Amino acid sequence: MYGKGLRPLSAITVAAVALTLAAVFFWAPNDAYLGFLQKIFYVHVPLAIVTLGGFVAAGLMAIGHLRTRDPRWDMRSYVAIHLSLIFGIGVLITGSIWARGAWGHWWVWNEPTLVSFLLVMLLYATYQPLRFAIEDPERQARYASVFAITAGAFVPINFLIVRLAPAYVHPRTLDNISGNLPGRMQVVFYLAMISTTLLWITLWKFEMTAKHVAAQLRQLRRLLGDEDDDVPARRSAAPSLTHAGSAG
Amino acid sequence: MSTPRTSSVVRALLEAQLRLELRTFESLPAMWLFSVTAFVLFHFGLNEDSLSGNLASGVLWVTLLLAAMLVINRLYLADAEQGGFDGFLLSPADRGSLLIAKVLTLLFYLAAVELVAVPAFALLLLEPSLGQALPELLGVLALGDLGIAVIGALVGALAIRTQSRDLLGPMLSLPLLVPVLLCVAGATAPLFDPTHAGAIPLRLLVTLALYDAVFGLIAFALFDFLLED
Repeated sequence: MYGKGLRPLSAITVAAVALTLAAVFFWAPNDAYLGFLQKIFYVHVPLAIVTLGGFVAAGLMAIGHLRTRDPRWDMRSYVAIHLSLIFGIGVLITGSIWARGAWGHWWVWNEPTLVSFLLVMLLYATYQPLRFAIEDPERQARYASVFAITAGAFVPINFLIVRLAPAYVHPRTLDNISGNLPGRMQVVFYLAMISTTLLWITLWKFEMTAKHVAAQLRQLRRLLGDEDDDVPARRSAAPSLTHAGSAG
Repeated sequence: MSTPRTSSVVRALLEAQLRLELRTFESLPAMWLFSVTAFVLFHFGLNEDSLSGNLASGVLWVTLLLAAMLVINRLYLADAEQGGFDGFLLSPADRGSLLIAKVLTLLFYLAAVELVAVPAFALLLLEPSLGQALPELLGVLALGDLGIAVIGALVGALAIRTQSRDLLGPMLSLPLLVPVLLCVAGATAPLFDPTHAGAIPLRLLVTLALYDAVFGLIAFALFDFLLED
């Protein structure tokens, strides 16, 4: 049941990503100052926005978990954070490449967006260790949700504060890309936004489906009295869907 | 049985916490010693005899922040290991009162540390004299302490019943405290300026107060879920 709609969604995502890449390489004009390098912007910025959106969404899913106590919400929140962490590493790498090309340094401290993003990543990097350090699955899920909500609220607040700080009042180097993009660049940017969002959603759905299938398989095995079931479950940072009985 | 008033519960919890510290002196001397040692480390690490401006403010606040980590890790130790949580959950008291008591406890610890650390810093490392800037510094310290206390009380509860709490406490709280550090360090730097020229950036203090308030609300909303078993 969880794989429902996965096939058309994947097809649309593949098409959207392919279309975006084609547009980025063949249709979008080269930037007057940065030339070809500027095109990493179509990967980097949508990736960053989707990553942060994923973290916030994970916080909302965690609210769902604390309200309903349904372990499926915890699973959704876990997969969202997991995926956003992977996307986030991509953001840091593409950001570094861009910074090196545009400003000559792999890392710049006076770019508030970059610095805020690093802080968010440092915080979320503790999510899995936190889960791993709690053995009881019910408490693990509850504590992880408390973390996901706190961190999800931290994401926008942190961006606001780092931007307000005085060390950063000098004009932003990136002003030319945030506001008025020329027509074609703008179209490609929105296209990239859509395809990156689709990519996140599709991957999220894939992982959710995989987790549910694995849980169902485990349950069927148990019903069949498979010997493998005697092996005690390995301690894990991932939420398990079986502890809530057959709710999955 | 009627629910006891929150204020009396908070007072009782706070009293117990302070009595525990005053009888055992477990944390305070360690924090005092730690902060003085940190100043010595900074002296040798930076190879500077006296500091002013940004550098002075950064050294003071990073030291205070790390000293706070020592007590955040131990804030719920007695509750988790000696049945404090169970006793509290059996009582009809409102759970939020435990959070308030812990925030006040942390504020007490931070104030006590600063009572020693700030004069020691002025004596050992600070280049300009402190006298003139003292009232403003106290205001910044109060706002900064509130942020550390609120986040520390929430994260302490999150980390205490995990297997690697000594690591998780600082790892969880330090990123959350970076905005606090950014604001207090920025606000303290002009106070430590040798010429006392720059005015304290008010916008930073307002931002910090808002941050404290938002995380206070978040902690209050989520604290219940950490106490459930």
